[in-house]
Amino acid sequence: MPTTVWTERRRLRSLRDRGPRRERVQMRLVVDLNRCQGFAQCVFLAPDVFSLHGGEALLFSPRFDEAQQDRVEKAAAACPVQAILVDYSDEPTKGVKPHVG
Amino acid sequence: MSADTDVEVLRRQGRIVVVGASLAGLRAAETLRDQGFTGSLTMIGDEPYEPYDRPPLSKQALLGRARPEDTALPRRRDIDAEWRLGVAAAGLDRDAKLVRLANGDTVPYDRLLIATGTRARPWFHPEEAALDGVFVLRTRDDSARLHRKLAGAVSRVLVIGAGFTGSEVASACRELGLDVTVAERGPAPLVGALGGVIGAVADRLQRKKGVDLRCGISVTALEGDEVGRLRRAHLSDGSAIDVDVAVVSLGAMRNTEWLAGSGVAAGPRGIACDAGCRVFDVNGIVTDDIYAAGDVARSPHPLFDYQFLALEHWGNAVEQAEIAAHNMICAGPDRRPHLWLPMFWSSQFGVNIKSVGVPSLGDQLVVAQGALAEERFVAVYGYRGRVIAAASFDGAKWLGFYEQQIAAGAPFPPEYRTVDRRTETLHPIDPAFPDPHLPTHGATVTLTGHSPSERRVAFVPAHA
Repeated sequence: MPTTVWTERRRLRSLRDRGPRRERVQMRLVVDLNRCQGFAQCVFLAPDVFSLHGGEALLFSPRFDEAQQDRVEKAAAACPVQAILVDYSDEPTKGVKPHVG
Repeated sequence: MSADTDVEVLRRQGRIVVVGASLAGLRAAETLRDQGFTGSLTMIGDEPYEPYDRPPLSKQALLGRARPEDTALPRRRDIDAEWRLGVAAAGLDRDAKLVRLANGDTVPYDRLLIATGTRARPWFHPEEAALDGVFVLRTRDDSARLHRKLAGAVSRVLVIGAGFTGSEVASACRELGLDVTVAERGPAPLVGALGGVIGAVADRLQRKKGVDLRCGISVTALEGDEVGRLRRAHLSDGSAIDVDVAVVSLGAMRNTEWLAGSGVAAGPRGIACDAGCRVFDVNGIVTDDIYAAGDVARSPHPLFDYQFLALEHWGNAVEQAEIAAHNMICAGPDRRPHLWLPMFWSSQFGVNIKSVGVPSLGDQLVVAQGALAEERFVAVYGYRGRVIAAASFDGAKWLGFYEQQIAAGAPFPPEYRTVDRRTETLHPIDPAFPDPHLPTHGATVTLTGHSPSERRVAFVPAHA
């Protein structure tokens, strides 16, 4: 079976190292729900970000703030199927036109 | 630079253009940079937003547990791209090797990746579709609008179409305490994807959760009041129901219109490409500088009789984008085939539904684990004596095993012992897929030219 680069453990970008320019820093998150098997380790480790909906379906907040970072890192590391991808880059989106309307 | 020239030059200073700035486009861009592409990278997207994740839009976002604008996808790495967001691609000139944008700009490319995805199929009657209260659900904006509406005073929601999106919307509405009617033309919810046997389980589940489910029924008209607000829906059985919200969930249409006249094999069923994601032209000749990935692509899969599969699946977008990106900047022998096993999930009415393989190819079905009546099971689909697919209701941890079985062409019915095996359901039955007699919207093709050197294929434009 082909594997994806998702299995690679990636260094999370550090929010703490950043300068004081940004007041309210948020990070993005996505769970590969094809991989997710409902072990729910993330739900125990970061209950404000991950929750079970019914017996097995996972709901997650796609955005979380600094206060949750340690917990989310632990959750991503503890996921038995490594289904949690957390932001690795905060590169600005060059050339984005402002949204009007 | 011509198509097959120095790959090293391409990798160093080529121009790669990605049309479609969603999941597939983003993951392709990341893969290109990961694999050492240092040339220029342009991302073109018709929506004004950075790539965002769509699955939460019909789940968390409707429940108010995540804001639609917070669904931007995390990045695996920096991609150093020039973004052209909020402007759609409007044309492709293969001779000049450039993409024309809706604002008149042109973007030249050495390699092009088409990942323009799909859009929601709109309600067939434009005036009714424009009524206040009629929604589709595909984009961030759609989700935000629908969520706002559902948070207000709503008496009854009509969901038109009980596929996965429609069922998820109905589920969210019930969870919000709203009255919901679901109108489905087929005999049961999810019947197209999973067949009538599993559809019957989805049917029970919806009714148990309080959905007014009407199968074998189509909506014939939506009626507005004098100020253009939706007030009533007329059904094919002659009845009418008072509703103030209708969510049109009639599947997706592939965004290929912008390729009309470009000579690539693009039509309502998607863009045909080879297993290496290289797009075919209308003559069936593979191009070497144009690639496709994600919902808009269809490519042959050897496990499924080399059928050209178009998969509107999250995981397919990721995997195909990675393969396409890799192949774009590789010489022939290093290229890899896209052999992803179809896989998807849905959560609705508190149940986690997952599938692997292609259930709709199945000619037989057994419930290998659990029981349909408990709404907790794994159903295995067979096709000519081998395992072709599996679907689970709250049984996700077993699907990896069936994935291996499908990949290995394991015999059907399964002979192995399984956990939670019930002997009463081990007799293979017909999975009850609807007859494939529905009108197709496939492109009509004609052959032109008289001598072999003139012989070409031409598409006959479809008339809606």
